[in-house]
Formats: sequence, C-alpha cells, structure tokens
Amino acid sequence: MLLAATIGLAATSLQADVIAPGDVVMTEYGEVTESLTGVPGDPARGQAIMVDRGQGNCLACHQVTALDHEPWHGEVGPSLDGVATRWDEAALRGLLVNADTVFPDSIMPAFYKVSGFVRPGDGFTTRPAPADLQPMLAAQDIEDVVAFLMTLTDY
Amino acid sequence: AAGVGLADIRTGDSLVINGEIEIVTETAPPPFLEGVFSTIYSGWVFRTDETRAMEADDFDNPGMLYVEQGLEAFNTAMGTEGNSCATCHETPETLSTVRATYPQWDEEHGTVQTVEMQILECQTERMGVAEPYGYDSQEMRNMAALIASVGRGQTINVAIDGPAAETWALGEEIYYTAYGQMELSCAHCHERNYGNLIRADHLSQGQVNGFPTYRLKNANIVSVHNRFRGCIRDTRGEPYAIGSPEFVALELYVASRGNGLSVEGPAVRN
Ligand code: HEC
Ligand code: HEC
Ligand code: HEC
Repeated sequence: MLLAATIGLAATSLQADVIAPGDVVMTEYGEVTESLTGVPGDPARGQAIMVDRGQGNCLACHQVTALDHEPWHGEVGPSLDGVATRWDEAALRGLLVNADTVFPDSIMPAFYKVSGFVRPGDGFTTRPAPADLQPMLAAQDIEDVVAFLMTLTDY
Repeated sequence: AAGVGLADIRTGDSLVINGEIEIVTETAPPPFLEGVFSTIYSGWVFRTDETRAMEADDFDNPGMLYVEQGLEAFNTAMGTEGNSCATCHETPETLSTVRATYPQWDEEHGTVQTVEMQILECQTERMGVAEPYGYDSQEMRNMAALIASVGRGQTINVAIDGPAAETWALGEEIYYTAYGQMELSCAHCHERNYGNLIRADHLSQGQVNGFPTYRLKNANIVSVHNRFRGCIRDTRGEPYAIGSPEFVALELYVASRGNGLSVEGPAVRN
C-alpha cells in the first residue's frame, strides 16, 4: 500500500515536471537548456524512435552510419554522423523542438509543437486534427532521441 | 544539407513510346520558373530502368488496359439523349489537343475547368446522364486516361494569363504553403529536394504531365487530385477535397510548371 502510494506520488510529480509544448523556453540561438521532463534520456529507446516511420522517421531524410542495419536512409537532410561534435545537448533539444530558429523555413518538422499549423490533420488519416493535437514526439521521446544523438560522436 | 541532388539520377535519356511517339522528358523551364530551375524534368527521369521501360511500349504499360475501357465507354450510349461521346466527338483522336491545354478557362461557365470537369459538363448538360461519373471514379479515370493517351507527345502548354490568371495565382499560393503538422509545402519536396532520396523514393519535380498515371503501388491509374491528396496527407495535413476549387487551381499551376514537357499519360510510376 505504502509502496503503491509512493509510486503514485512519484508519477504525479513526474507528470508535473513535463514542460508543455507551449511553455518551452528557447534561447535566441534556438537552444532549449532545460530537460523537458527532468528524466535522463534513454539512448536505446531514442534509437528506436528515430527509426520508427510512425514516430521520428528521421531516416526518411537523414543518413546515420550507426543505423546502417536499417534500410533506406534519405538524402534530404545532412548525415547525422558526428552530430554530437557539432551541437551540444541544449542545441540538439532545440533542433528537435523546432529547428526553424536555427534553420529558417526548414523542411525539418518541429517535433514538439502543437499549434500554428495550416490545415493540420489527425496523423495520416486526412481528417482534421483533433482539438487536443499531440506533438509528433512526446517530451520523453525528445529526451531519448537527444540522448541517442549525443552518442553520435564519430564520422 | 538540403539541395538538389541529381547525383543518382541518369538524365539525358530519351523516351520514345511504341518506337514512334517522342516524349520530351527534360527541357528549359517556362519563363516564370527561370531562376528556380535550369531544367524541368518529367517524373519518368526519376524512376528505375524497369519502371521507365514499362512506359515505352503500350503492351507493357498496364495503364493502357484502362485506356481500352475508356474507349469502350466512349463508344457506348449513355443518358436520356441516347448519345455516346462518339456521337459528337467521332473518335478520341479529335480530342488530342485537350490534355496538353487543360486545365483551361471556360468562358461559358466563367471558371477554369479540368478535363474531368469538362467530361462532367458533357454528361450532364449534353447527354442527360442522371448519374455522371464521380470526379475520381474508375470510369472517370478511364476516360481521362483515354483522352491523355491520344495527346501523348504533344507539348504541354496551359494558359496562365487572361481570365485564368487569378486561379493560377491561387494555385501558386497553395504550392508554396507549408501544410500539416509537418509544415511542408510542395516546394519543400519537389522544388528544393528533387533528385534526393526521401526514404526509398527519389523525389521528382512533382510534374503532372503523366496523369492519369498508372501507379504500381495502387495497381491502378490515379488522378492528379488523388496524388495531391496523398502528398498533403503525408505532411500530416488535411487535404482539400478532390475536385475542389483549390485543387483545380493547384492543378493549373502545377501543370504550367510543366509547360514544355510532353503529355505522357498514362505514365507508369511507383
Ligand atoms: C523532412 C525531412 C527531415 C526529417 C523528417 C528530419 N530532419 Fe533533421 N534536418 C533536415 C534538414 C533538411 C536539415 C538541415 C537544416 C536545413 O537545411 O533546414 C536537418 C538538420 C538536422 C540536424 C542538424 C544537423 C547538422 O549537423 O547540422 C539534426 C541534429 C537533425 N536534423 C536531427 C533530426 C532528427 C533526430 C530527426 C527525427 C526525430 C530529424 N532530424 C528529422 C530534414 C529532416
Ligand atoms: C451532344 C454532344 C456531345 C456529347 C454527346 C459529348 N460532348 Fe464533349 N463536347 C461537346 C461540345 C459542344 C464541346 C465544346 C464545349 C466547350 O468547349 O465547353 C465539347 C467539349 C468536350 C471536350 C473539350 C474539348 C476541347 O477541345 O476543349 C472534351 C474533353 C469532351 N467534350 C469530352 C467528352 C466525352 C468524354 C464525352 C462522353 C462522355 C462527351 N464529350 C460527350 C459536345 C458533346
Ligand atoms: C514530404 C514530401 C512531399 C511533399 C510535401 C509533397 N510531395 Fe508530392 N511526392 C512526394 C513523393 C515522395 C512522391 C513520389 C516520388 C516522386 O514522383 O516525386 C511525390 C509525387 C508527386 C507527384 C507525382 C509525380 C509523377 O511524376 O507522377 C506529383 C504530381 C506531386 N507529388 C505533387 C505534389 C504537390 C502539388 C504537392 C503539394 C501540395 C506535393 N507533391 C507535396 C513527396 C512530397
């Protein structure tokens, strides 16, 4: 009982720590310095999210040598090899939240954004977006992907 | 980073259909795109050798089966007047200039019309057809494919000035609008990234000269508006309706980006 109550409490406070898409603070250089959840990212989970076509689908546009076991890497964006030597954690988090500050009018989607769209849909259904449109990646997903990107130190 | 990567694309090949219909698959851009493109390319250029080859011979082009069905319907009476298309148009060949010049301003209706709209007009206003073809129905696509097929090799030349100018401007605006949760415009993919792989697909310039197109993925011919719909859906967006004024405007604008290419429909694409 006591244990269950403690876990329940921990989960609640965890929820409360999640920064909502509208509340993210971005520096003028497009960095997000504060973790979106306060929970350290899990690089293994981040890797899975990057590959999944229904989630990050990052490989649609990016080549990543560490993910060579996955077929079909796109050429629309730059290779992410060595990306952790070019950007620090805050900058990578900022690029995922919304790359437009760093790359204006970028083709790269903003993964942690829920408003300001033209004719947003409900996923890939062609129906209009629901009122409570969720960001393309959840807060912890972003942290996990950032953690994986931080492992990409080699060219 | 993002940019035009024609590295994996073999340009300079020519397409001759049935050993006689010469197709312009790459040429100088229309004047309003000078400075954007140095060359405009048919989607054919971006496809694999196998897919390219299927289009070079009517016996290998599965789209031609639908053209045959269209021809049958062309010669079949429909509606209260007892007319077939052939009653007034004799043969499809008499309509051979249509595909290259549509969408086109229609004075009588005061609007830009697509081939599909023109077919509907003949069915409802001249043939007394109570249940005309649905805009994206199989019958309509068959008929549109027939009309495209007899125009193959003709140079796309849709008018963008005069009374069509306003519709064209709307189409241009739509082309450059970033849609959906991914905030992607047609230009993001087809102007700034043609030639690049997006996952397993080489992005083309998104030309419509090959429509209706036989898509291997669908194992059927697809309409221009169906393709637009799919591309906006893929941005996690809510597409405009097939046959809507927005898609008609977009079709006029996109067709004009191909002014100078040849009519290819039914083309073969993946
Ligand atoms: C639709 C295409 C697209 C998708 C999907 C995409 N990106 Fe990008 N990304 C780009 C482009 C293009 C750039 C280069 C900046 C520019 O030109 O806008 C970029 C830049 C980046 C950069 C900076 C790279 C550098 O070295 O400068 C990172 C990091 C990055 N993307 C990570 C990701 C991750 C992680 C995902 C998935 C969660 C992702 N991208 C999904 C297109 C995309
Ligand atoms: C009773 C006569 C009649 C019948 C039947 C008829 N049409 Fe027409 N069609 C016309 C006339 C008249 C025009 C020119 C009117 C206009 O431009 O708006 C026309 C125009 C067209 C055009 C555009 C020609 C151009 O050069 O712009 C197409 C395409 C067309 N018809 C297809 C069809 C098809 C397909 C059918 C059968 C489903 C059909 N028509 C049946 C009389 C007919
Ligand atoms: C996320 C990227 C993306 C966006 C945004 C996009 N498309 Fe596409 N489009 C594709 C892909 C991938 C294909 C299939 C490969 C090819 O032919 O380019 C395609 C194919 C097409 C084709 C078929 C070309 C042919 O030769 O058969 C047309 C036409 C087209 N797109 C038009 C558009 C228009 C108009 C828009 C904007 C409303 C648009 N696309 C937006 C990715 C996109």
